[in-house]
Amino acid sequence: MGGLFTPLSWNDAGFILTGIWNTILISGVSILIGTVLGVLIGFARAESNKTVNFLLGSVLDVLRSVPLIIQLILFSTFMGVMGSPLPPFFAGTIVLSLYTMAFMGEVFRGGFESVQNSMIVAARSLGMTYWQALRYVRFPIGLRSVFPAWLGVALSVIKDSALVSVIGYMELLRTSEQLISRTQQPLEILIGVGIFYFIISYPLSMYGRRVERKNAL
Amino acid sequence: MIQVQNVRKSFGDLEVLKGIDVEVQKGEVLSVIGGSGSGKSTLLYCINAIEKIQGGKILVDNIDVHDKATNKDQLRQKLGMVFQQWNSFPHMTVLENVALAPQVVKKMSKAEAIEIAKKELEHVGLGDKFDVYPTKMSGGQQQRLAIARALAMRPDYMLFDEVTSALDPELVGEVLDTLRVLREEGMTMICVTHEIAFAREVSDQVAFFHQGVIEEIGPPEQVISNPQKETTQSFLSKVLS
Ligand SMILES: Nc1ncnc2c1ncn2[C@@H]1O[C@H](COP(=O)(O)OP(=O)(O)O)[C@@H](O)[C@H]1O
Ligand SMILES: [Mg+2]
Repeated sequence: MGGLFTPLSWNDAGFILTGIWNTILISGVSILIGTVLGVLIGFARAESNKTVNFLLGSVLDVLRSVPLIIQLILFSTFMGVMGSPLPPFFAGTIVLSLYTMAFMGEVFRGGFESVQNSMIVAARSLGMTYWQALRYVRFPIGLRSVFPAWLGVALSVIKDSALVSVIGYMELLRTSEQLISRTQQPLEILIGVGIFYFIISYPLSMYGRRVERKNAL
Repeated sequence: MIQVQNVRKSFGDLEVLKGIDVEVQKGEVLSVIGGSGSGKSTLLYCINAIEKIQGGKILVDNIDVHDKATNKDQLRQKLGMVFQQWNSFPHMTVLENVALAPQVVKKMSKAEAIEIAKKELEHVGLGDKFDVYPTKMSGGQQQRLAIARALAMRPDYMLFDEVTSALDPELVGEVLDTLRVLREEGMTMICVTHEIAFAREVSDQVAFFHQGVIEEIGPPEQVISNPQKETTQSFLSKVLS
């Protein structure tokens, strides 16, 4: 061959797999951190007074309203200017986790608020302490009711993780772009990438819909 | 013994209990009747320390319920409470609903708690529902589940707050029958109820609440069958008609 461009071959599989793995890694870590923080934020919002709620709400509103791609560039540029640039994985994980937290916080807040106070009073009347009623009644009921909404946010995070490519993280989209510039086969590669996202998202969203329908009964 | 002494309770500016005095001896049944908003539920909530009081005193077995030094969680183990809304825990089976508090609160082993739960479920006629989820049951069954859940803590007293008011008429009977069983067994109970015939049948005392005071209290033969106060008469004629 010896030309400038070389066509796609099985030798590229490892490279693509690295991209897939990195997409899964950064999505998984961000969903995990975002969920844990989201539960805490959601609980704080369900429990706290108007002032605290307003302050927390404003921060979350900013995180939800500013496009993720801008948050990513802003944060990584900011860290660079401050003289402590972060590796793309860390910068991306921090931004994506906080972004996830902002959405998960609302999801869990709704869940906790959906557990009626009378349910808690009933638990307390059995002699449970505040924490026991929380642990055995409010949390499990609140968490269970939001599973479909949680899954919806998680799926959108997996898809949004493609944006972390803009700060240089080698996830699936970025590895594909590099392959495209070498092979000049954009269609095959991008369709493959699309199919990958579909294969991950579709069964999960079907599952979420089934759970939702079951919960509604 | 439950002693309620000159209890005053306000929500903000609204005084809901204006000096309530009543005593319930061990083994007795007190029924509380009266119009909506007269403070009946609030009294039960105050006895169970769910609500604070602003004046007077409540003693349960000589424990001052509202004393700062009183452990409220421990106190509530003495006092079973069932509400108008049954509040079944939807994420657990019927058996788990009943076995939860004995394990969590009394630190019983799972096997011990399950055994008690089964006994109490049979007690209220739900012996065939152990593994069912409560949302699959009727309101009457869920209300009996709530009674079993309270009984599993082996309380000394039971407080019932209009436990049949949210039920379809045809389901009221099965819940009242369960209360009759408890009464036969000598359980000490305070029943807030609109079921006047039931109150007349099971009560040792009936208290008629009106705007935050007890207008009339005494045996059912007096308060229900032969009320002395005009307010009692007009209330009864309204609910009995
Ligand atoms: N948590 C509360 N906050 C403010 N007002 C309340 C609260 N609970 C009850 N009240 C008021 O206290 C009064 C008595 O209520 P309640 O004890 O529930 O009456 P009943 O059970 O006899 O219908 C009502 O006017 C009610 O609006
Ligand atoms: Mg009431």
